[in-house]
Amino acid sequence: MAELLRSPTGIAGTVLLSIVIAMAALGPFIAPYDPQTFHPIARLQGPSWAHLLGTDQFGRDILSRLLDGAPSTISFGLGATLLGVAAGSFIGVVAGVAGGAVDSVIMRLVDGLLAIPDLLFTLLIVTILGGGTGYAMLAVAVAFTPGMARISRSAVLSVRTRDYVLAAQARGESWGWIVGFEVLPNALSPIIVEATIRVAFAIMIGATLGFLGLGAQPPSTEWGLMVAEARQFMFRNPWMVAVPGIAIALAALGFNLFGDALRDALDPRGRR
Amino acid sequence: MTLGYLVRRFGAVLLVLAIVTFAVFAVTMLLPGNAAIMILGEYGSDDQIAALEKQLNLNRPWWEQYASWVGGALQGDFGMSLRLSLPVTEVVLPALANSAALAAVALLAVTLIAIPLGAYAALHRGKPADLIIGLFAYIGASMPEFVTATLLLVIFAGPGREFLPAGGFVAPGESIIGFLSHVALPATALGLVLMAHISRQVRSEMSDVLASDFVRAARLKGLTERRVVWRHALPNSLAPAIAVISLDIGYLLGGIIVVEEIFAWPGLGRLLIYALENRDLPVIQAVTLLLAMVYALSNLLSDIVIAAFDPRVRYG
Repeated sequence: MAELLRSPTGIAGTVLLSIVIAMAALGPFIAPYDPQTFHPIARLQGPSWAHLLGTDQFGRDILSRLLDGAPSTISFGLGATLLGVAAGSFIGVVAGVAGGAVDSVIMRLVDGLLAIPDLLFTLLIVTILGGGTGYAMLAVAVAFTPGMARISRSAVLSVRTRDYVLAAQARGESWGWIVGFEVLPNALSPIIVEATIRVAFAIMIGATLGFLGLGAQPPSTEWGLMVAEARQFMFRNPWMVAVPGIAIALAALGFNLFGDALRDALDPRGRR
Repeated sequence: MTLGYLVRRFGAVLLVLAIVTFAVFAVTMLLPGNAAIMILGEYGSDDQIAALEKQLNLNRPWWEQYASWVGGALQGDFGMSLRLSLPVTEVVLPALANSAALAAVALLAVTLIAIPLGAYAALHRGKPADLIIGLFAYIGASMPEFVTATLLLVIFAGPGREFLPAGGFVAPGESIIGFLSHVALPATALGLVLMAHISRQVRSEMSDVLASDFVRAARLKGLTERRVVWRHALPNSLAPAIAVISLDIGYLLGGIIVVEEIFAWPGLGRLLIYALENRDLPVIQAVTLLLAMVYALSNLLSDIVIAAFDPRVRYG
């Protein structure tokens, strides 16, 4: 942790990430107004003391909607990444540990799936499953799986032939024990770094799906959907698109910075 | 770089594409809804539906459908669009050309701006210029295309300040000025993320190269700083940048979907969204396969370019 706070990247990432997490945890409780209440006399307004970030076409308070949407936007990124990392790591560890033909078959499949760009893959899966937050999250997780499989496999391969693994094998430990207690803990740091950066992607893809109408549905306050709903009115009140748009960027920025700082802190070669 | 390497690498691309055809086909098989019912609407009689299913080969087992689809695709025949009553090829090829024009402008602009920017940052490590470029790169990498695109629209195409058209397309053959004014905003929206990646990659490579022995030797030899940078440091930093550019083609292809939709650019991305919304299976299959093929081939190309560029890379 101390290592993390040594670089400007790390400090900025940690601060931003703390703000984002705090918004996700407390947002709906500290919102000054109800996010769905209309204020007909104050429609499409810019920032004022009554409405710090302005109001939308129904006079709903944008700040309150932003705070209300934080949990769904952030938890989408975290949930999709967690699922994708779990599935991908499982596949990657199986491939890395099994080796041989199993490894070849799995990795060729992974290569094939990696040739489909992430967003395209997600769109295809969402179309099969149907829209909505839950399915969109699942789709992003599936799209992340091949990439995570490749990274966790290479992490496993790099520790598989280390002395402590060979020693455990020589002691006659079971494969499950060796993977769980010797290989995985030592292969974890690249997986964690990749996962952190992927949360940023997941937030961006989730918002994009919301924007395209394939993720969260109205009257949700998910940030991508907020941008989509604001497009009709964006010339009359640019705050309507700017506020949620910049919020998405800041959330993704927090995870990107934090992930990079984590990589530098965990990778001894990176230290100067 | 040997011939054997090229052949093997090309074989790997073919294998990847074979897997992609399978994945694409599986995905479209899993799509809910019967295509025959989709075309005829709710009121088609059972006989009509059965006849159309036969015509579309929907009543045959999946492996026969797959074989006939791949067989057709190999001859450039992707069947008929279910919605547009046109052969898929006739719909997809013009869209591909339009997307390629947009992607080419974006990539060219990004390369021309990002490489000098990254090199400049590396030469001024730790100075304010470096930090500003780095911050810009981080923000660029954290903005989804739809946010950038929407903000660009607000800033440059709003009522009262219509600097650039808010959407649409003019063929370069028709009017170069018209094409450039229409391509400017979508290309910027697409390019921002790439610019961030590539400038960061060039900066980090260039920093390593600047600290290397051969650059020190060149300096000790008394070469001018300009010659050291342009003749020795920069060329040696470019191979990894090319690798990143080719990986970024994947982003570009994803980003193009959203950006084309927002700016009403008649390319593959817009076509894909239309096809997905209307369950136009043959079009979905063709577009997905095409995008994957572009991605796989660009990766192959970058491997070849890197091998040709960098004498240290030897693929046995």
